[in-house]
Amino acid sequence: MSGTAQDSDQNETTETLSGAEILIRALTDQGVDVIFGYPGGAVLPIYDALFAQNNIRHVLVRQEGGAVHAAEGYARSTGKPGVVLVTSGPGATNAVTGLTDAMMDSIPIVCLTGQVASHLIGNDAFQEADTIGITRPCTKHNYLVKDTDEMGRIVHEAFYVATQGRPGPVVIDLPKDICVNQGVYEMPDLDNLQHKTYRPPTTGKESQIAEAVALMAGAKRPIFYTGGGLINSGPEACAKLRELVKLTGYPITSTLMGLGAFPASDDQFVGMLGMHGTYEANNAMHDCDVMICLGARFDDRITGRLDAFSPGSTKIHVDVDPSSINKNISVDLGIVGDVGQVIEQMLAGWNKAGHQPDQAAAKDWWTTIQRWRSRDCLAFEQGKDVIKPQHAIQRLYELTKDRDTYITTEVGQHQMWAAQFYKFEEPNRWMTSGGLGTMGYGLPAAVGVQIAHPESLVVDISGEASFMMNIQEIATAVQYRLPLKVFILNNRWMGMVRQWQELLHGSRYAETYSEALPDFVKLAECFGATGMVMEDPASLDDDIRKMLDIDGLVIADVRVAKEENCFPMVPSGAAHNEMIMAGNKAAESPKVTDDGMALV
Amino acid sequence: MSDETNAGPKHTIAVLVDNEPGVLARVVGLFSGRGYNIDSLTVAEVDARRDRSRINIVTSGNEMIIDQIRAQLERLVPVFNVVDLTEDGPSVERELALIKVVATGENRIEALRVADIFRARAVDSTMGSFVFEVTGDSGKVNAFIDLMEPLGLAEVSRTGVVAIARGADAM
Repeated sequence: MSGTAQDSDQNETTETLSGAEILIRALTDQGVDVIFGYPGGAVLPIYDALFAQNNIRHVLVRQEGGAVHAAEGYARSTGKPGVVLVTSGPGATNAVTGLTDAMMDSIPIVCLTGQVASHLIGNDAFQEADTIGITRPCTKHNYLVKDTDEMGRIVHEAFYVATQGRPGPVVIDLPKDICVNQGVYEMPDLDNLQHKTYRPPTTGKESQIAEAVALMAGAKRPIFYTGGGLINSGPEACAKLRELVKLTGYPITSTLMGLGAFPASDDQFVGMLGMHGTYEANNAMHDCDVMICLGARFDDRITGRLDAFSPGSTKIHVDVDPSSINKNISVDLGIVGDVGQVIEQMLAGWNKAGHQPDQAAAKDWWTTIQRWRSRDCLAFEQGKDVIKPQHAIQRLYELTKDRDTYITTEVGQHQMWAAQFYKFEEPNRWMTSGGLGTMGYGLPAAVGVQIAHPESLVVDISGEASFMMNIQEIATAVQYRLPLKVFILNNRWMGMVRQWQELLHGSRYAETYSEALPDFVKLAECFGATGMVMEDPASLDDDIRKMLDIDGLVIADVRVAKEENCFPMVPSGAAHNEMIMAGNKAAESPKVTDDGMALV
Repeated sequence: MSDETNAGPKHTIAVLVDNEPGVLARVVGLFSGRGYNIDSLTVAEVDARRDRSRINIVTSGNEMIIDQIRAQLERLVPVFNVVDLTEDGPSVERELALIKVVATGENRIEALRVADIFRARAVDSTMGSFVFEVTGDSGKVNAFIDLMEPLGLAEVSRTGVVAIARGADAM
């Protein structure tokens, strides 16, 4: 070391390190505090570099798929990108489901995958997979690092791409030799990073904002239709949304992804919309004259039959991704921009123009909505013998609502009941696999949430079939002493599929019975967790309290009514105003056509 | 569904991309993954100093689909700019084809005559064959190939469409 003062000054910005050390440095400079991962041959140099430092904590999952879901849970509950580290070949391919899940739900993830040494790429080497080729369609972008000097730049760029605009997963594929070789690291000016080509939109066009505000002010039967874009835009965006909704007095509905952006207990909230949305939300969407879609994407689970979707309305669509506009539904006014910034512009535009909502029209519109509401579409009857799944979630909600609670779910009936009956007041409290519908998401996602919020209550509302899909992550939760509560609504069926078989396939229950289920109590105990059975409606509250009081991982086997269906339901191929309600027999329900059947 | 996708006029779309490995695979994967058509595709580096390539894609679809294609292309991270040359004003389109005709006697002479009319050049010749080079829009190339068919058409190699907007504005 030749040590002149000038040299050491330079060293503060430029250093020669191994590729793995550069990686860890860049992650540290990005403020990463935790990585979810699983080691293997190709990533050994990275694990060595991790071992030598204390800034970044590594959480060892039990399968790489779990690592990505855990990182998703971390990202969704904090608003920060989640980081994953997996090895080459099977490590990377196991991560693909999670990456696709993050892509569909626009979750910022940076996934570091090991790769065989550069000279072996393309030779069918041991644990080699074409990770870049495989992950190209399921990531927002991906990189193969070919030069150690490029490592730092690529890592910082990956975080930029993952988090800016519409967030998404980014893969960095890291050949082993690149991690071993020496290279130069230079800390970039993170506040002024500009990508060579990628220019995420920010504010909306002022002329369009003015047009939107005028449409909103002139509306007789308006509705806000909000989605996950608000959660991604951040708590400030959600605060602005509340301001706008209060200012106008208009009703608001939300997609599955957007729950919590607006308080569910507020009287202006008409509940979730879509396939299992409320009667009032779907009817209001169908009959509205001005629809203000904020950060949602007209997914097929929302729209139902396209040609019958809200036929008479003028549609305003705000989205940060121009490709979401006019993709499924042709809208009248598409505004490209960050939804939080656009709402702020809308507020300013509304106030500047001195708009007042039409009070007489509002009164009529709310009267109509109250009539729909009085139908009480989520009503169910809790008898004395068996716990109804809706009741279980309702009680869970009542007993946890005053705590600092985060909820994750798996996929299926329990997920829809959770969305219907658990009322979210704040953003980032609700983690569920919306777009991809990944069974097995909830447990690893809960691990990620609990790692990010060690003092909070984290509940995975689960189903017995989904729970089996990533059951290995119990060991992760036990290892890190995560006091998760897994609340399994056990109906011994793959409930949602069974429901579809009942309604659409003549009750031919092909392969949907949960045969050979484990004893969940013993299962919990063999992992070193606590198991519970809840089966008596009379003691449910006590059982839930008991679960909450246990300082440690609890797996609760909640035995619920086996053949309960999730209603209301817009059957596929039907319009929003043709819902199947609880109590309807399948025969009396709107007829599902072959076309509808194929829509699934 | 695919009928709906195929419906609609042809559009020539020019995409300026960062010349990084895999960028073509991203564009092609986008088209196959989302069920869009590719009638023709050309790609080459156009700016070595700034490391930029240009991809010209001829596709077809109704207005909604063409708008989607454009938006989806713009969403790809290494894409600088996307221009729908068909939509955004007049443009020039050219294709180059090499066409092998195996013929003797009268057919051989006729092939040369037709080539002359199309301003095609013979770039290779044996006693029993020609390779013609013809340049023009796709319609002209198609017409030339059709005429060669009865005269002994043996093999065709086409570049696909390259296109550029008319006028002073650059992409």
